[in-house]
Amino acid sequence: MKNIYELKAHEIRAMYENKEITVPEVVEAFFGHIDEVDNDIKAYITLCKEETMQKANEIQAKFDNGEKLGLLAGIPIAIKDNMCTKGVKTTCASKMLENFVAPYDATVIERLKAQDAIIIGKTNMDEFAMGASTEHSAFAITKNPRNLNKVPGGSSGGSAAAVAGDMAPIALGSDTGGSIRQPASYCGIVGMKPTYGLVSRYGLVAFASSLDQIGPMSKDVEDNAMLLSAIAGHDEMDSTSAMVEPKDYTKALVNDVKGLKIGVPKEYFAEGLNEEVKESIYKAIEKYKELGAEIEEFSLPITKYALPTYYIIACAEASSNLGRFDGIRYGYRSEKCESIKDIFRNSRSEGFGREVKRRIILGTYVLSSGYYDAYYKKAQKIRTMVKKGFEEAFEKYDVIITPVAPTVAFDIGAKSENALEMYLIDLYTVPISISGVPAMSIPCGKDKEGMPIGMQLIGKHFNEEVLYRAAYTYEQNA
Amino acid sequence: MAIKREDIEHIADLSMLNLQEDEIVEYTKSMQEIVEFATQVNEVDTEGVDISAFALDRVNVFRKDEVKASLDRELVLKNAPTSNGEAFSLPSMAE
Repeated sequence: MKNIYELKAHEIRAMYENKEITVPEVVEAFFGHIDEVDNDIKAYITLCKEETMQKANEIQAKFDNGEKLGLLAGIPIAIKDNMCTKGVKTTCASKMLENFVAPYDATVIERLKAQDAIIIGKTNMDEFAMGASTEHSAFAITKNPRNLNKVPGGSSGGSAAAVAGDMAPIALGSDTGGSIRQPASYCGIVGMKPTYGLVSRYGLVAFASSLDQIGPMSKDVEDNAMLLSAIAGHDEMDSTSAMVEPKDYTKALVNDVKGLKIGVPKEYFAEGLNEEVKESIYKAIEKYKELGAEIEEFSLPITKYALPTYYIIACAEASSNLGRFDGIRYGYRSEKCESIKDIFRNSRSEGFGREVKRRIILGTYVLSSGYYDAYYKKAQKIRTMVKKGFEEAFEKYDVIITPVAPTVAFDIGAKSENALEMYLIDLYTVPISISGVPAMSIPCGKDKEGMPIGMQLIGKHFNEEVLYRAAYTYEQNA
Repeated sequence: MAIKREDIEHIADLSMLNLQEDEIVEYTKSMQEIVEFATQVNEVDTEGVDISAFALDRVNVFRKDEVKASLDRELVLKNAPTSNGEAFSLPSMAE
């Protein structure tokens, strides 16, 4: 018999239905385990113990009265600390927002509450989601629960560690250039970056608005599909939200890939990819072949330019988005202010961390006069080409398979001194972000040291179902 | 293209940031590497290619202009470093 905190969300739900367990028992089990392990892992920034216990009792009373409850009734969930939660701090792991308490709920939070989910805490991240290791948090470095000397990945490293470390069955992350998929891969869990526009960004603190997307992180594919079903769908509060009706993605969980056309882009398996990672993914591709999928190698050459394109666009948008932090309406204000300019300059200089400042400077540079055409405009054109490259590939294939990251999780401190080296980790995830297509990371083995390896399944715009089908089939047969 | 210390100081000024000496040194070095890397985009022939501002094709999204509840003023002002209870406030200063 598993411990309660080891259960998946759908297992907890089944036990509620059979009256084998109560909501307060589940919530207490998770908080008990968090108290035991999170001093070492540091997945959470804020825990919502008091609010949660009250909510657990309320939901249990509804269960007892036979009232109809939502899809996620009584399921604990962890939320990345860049999504606004009314009455609970939203810090973005930054000194700038250390004491910020949002006066409203993000749309995803409203939707989770409408489905009776229980938000148990806010998770650590790279400051303002800028990073790939969760080492750039202003508050703590999150450790990988599989090996405490390794990073959990980032920027949604706290959410990934919470799920992998049995401190929440499911979590929400956000992904701008790989921030859901890469930590999911490093921690050995399932992470989905939905199509751009499928999940509302209202209440998500903006990093790069044309790329940011919220998505589910979970222990298995079924929980992932269930969580996406709860949060997806049009929202008039986000003008980039797509006109799509909510769907039940669990209907896509079919154990069959016969006839599925899978493309394997050779540029993603070239120099720089760790041999053990490569081997694991080729093995998974073989598995798909055995199960009846049709595999074909193809070329996607424009991919090479996706990484510099991504950093130009993401930093340009970040420099503009972070202009709102002026020390006046909310956020940190410096004590040393003698003029209005001092308020802006000193508050920003003291409130932002090093990586955030670096990206603001890079973004301002590529947008500044003389460089705008050479960098920003050029990158916007290459975005069109990358998008087209994927569109053409999806005329032939249902799913594209690639690695998530060039290596498994690396040692804490190994890359934190060299910014460019850290950026190169995003090589395989950013082309997807630029194209806006959905992609998920699912575990496909471990290396010799026992660190998880993830593979990336990519689909065409608004076809999350085909990814769930492919992922579920692999999971059931691996 | 060489990124010089003065470039970083100028960009920091545009970004409303004051940098410490060690930050100027670090950013001058890392910006040089990153900008060199980013310059790769110039290898791509983009003649006749349109720009994409984002991944979907939607433009000019409108909604009905309806009166709805706005944010709770008390909760909003709680986040302000200083306020007079009705509005954001700033230290008085003349420039």
